[in-house]
Amino acid sequence: MTVLSAPEPLVEAEIPAEPLGFRTRRLLPHRASEVLLPAAVFLLALLGWEAIVRLRGIPPYILPAPSLIVATLVKDWGVLSAALLVTLGTTVEALGLAIAGSLVLAMLFAQSKWIERAFFPFAVVLQVTPVVAIAPLLLIYLDGHTAVLVCAFLVAFFPILSNTALGLASTDHNLVELMELYRAPRWRQILLLRLPAAMPYFLGGLRIGGGLALIGAIVAEIAAGSAGQGSGLAFRIVESGFRLNIPRMFAALTLISFTGIVIYLAFGALGHLVLHRWHDSARSRGQ
Amino acid sequence: MPPMTDAAVEVRHRPAPVLVSLRGVSKTFPNGTVALSRLDLTVQAGEFLSLIGPSGCGKSTALRMLAGLTEPSTGAISWTGTRPEIGFVFQEPTLMPWASVFNNVWLPLRLRGIGKAEARPRIEDALAMVGLESFAASYPRELSGGMKMRVSIARALVLRPPLLLMDEPFAALDEITRSRLNDDLMRLAAELGTTVVFVTHSVYESVYLSSRIVVMAARPGRAVAELAVEAPRERDEDFRTTPVYAETCRRASRALHAAMSGQDAL
Repeated sequence: MTVLSAPEPLVEAEIPAEPLGFRTRRLLPHRASEVLLPAAVFLLALLGWEAIVRLRGIPPYILPAPSLIVATLVKDWGVLSAALLVTLGTTVEALGLAIAGSLVLAMLFAQSKWIERAFFPFAVVLQVTPVVAIAPLLLIYLDGHTAVLVCAFLVAFFPILSNTALGLASTDHNLVELMELYRAPRWRQILLLRLPAAMPYFLGGLRIGGGLALIGAIVAEIAAGSAGQGSGLAFRIVESGFRLNIPRMFAALTLISFTGIVIYLAFGALGHLVLHRWHDSARSRGQ
Repeated sequence: MPPMTDAAVEVRHRPAPVLVSLRGVSKTFPNGTVALSRLDLTVQAGEFLSLIGPSGCGKSTALRMLAGLTEPSTGAISWTGTRPEIGFVFQEPTLMPWASVFNNVWLPLRLRGIGKAEARPRIEDALAMVGLESFAASYPRELSGGMKMRVSIARALVLRPPLLLMDEPFAALDEITRSRLNDDLMRLAAELGTTVVFVTHSVYESVYLSSRIVVMAARPGRAVAELAVEAPRERDEDFRTTPVYAETCRRASRALHAAMSGQDAL
């Protein structure tokens, strides 16, 4: 039995085309599975949605079809784009503040364990308290715009802070000693060593914080919106809800999702741009 | 190299000036571990000194003290004149992964306030010394272990320090790479006239490279034997087959075993 079956795999192994064919077959599905497959599935889901709405005759105030949502987006673009700009403005501002604040604080933490021990609990308390619970309080103390800004800042701040602090702390100890050997002043050590070493961690935090800043802004806008203030996307959603303008709600929702995706992709691209020459996270395996 | 004159031979045998000496140096870590106990060690200018010994004998601690990275608990380190510029090579290449080879080698110069343009010839020179002139634009992760170590050596030598400290630099490399780097290091130290203090686990490596070997014992860390390698500093693979090499290896091994068995008796 074994004697008879032995020659077969030997012959097969001698066909040179096999590994080549295998390689080209692997390359194509790889790209397809990354881009084409999710796009196709998403498109199918939209078509299914459209079909169900049309076949069942579901009225638009219960569930609008995707085509109607797109039409609403075009028709209401004036209102929606203005709202988008407001929300985007808040998000960017909050993110900017969160980046600046967390960088400063993380560097303070890196200077001394005592500072970290003293102040880190505050950061944790701010993080674990749900922003939707803080928003009403902030709306009492602050004007609408500032309250929304602070909410978005609070949620974006912590992931960037904790990631950056971790990055600053995980600098190669031997490199730190090398700096000491050359008697480099502390600020040069931070600039030349700690900040670049923390970069992958910081960018990871940014990717989370960017999305969270948008969520924070939306949540706070909803809280503010029900108090009759604001003009952002979330406010438009609440307003459309009151008016039973469901297609516009969906259109605003689409814009929010789209903005979130763009933020995520933008920071992903930024990370790749900054890190691809040296960090494993931004390289494919075997490179 | 011109043939060695009698005068040169005489110079070789005259005791070299002392670069630095450790006297009665002890180090106790905060957790109570005695890393070094009353170590006396003299480093002469121009020599290649190896410290060998088992783990925990304090050889790395002694090296770090010379570098000023840790202070002795008791005893004194005295430099002849002021402490010179020092190069340090760690067991790992310890390169900045985000910086190109060029920028990694630039670091010591940069910390001395020398700009990129001004530093360029010196960096290129240092890279040429270790045979990596065509890899200036590469990143550390694109290099092999041996090449990374070469960059690390180029960085340590870029300021042309009179003293080079090396903490088991080739321990993680394969035999062939290690032997090649040994040859290159020996050549560089001779060319630049650099004094080298070299920490290693390997008797063979220490005998091949050194002009003098100090054998250390652990618990507590101390020096137990010292031997001179009675051979000219210019050596190549043939040196490994000479009677002097074999005899010195035997003596060093014996001293090391004595140091380690003494430790077992404790």
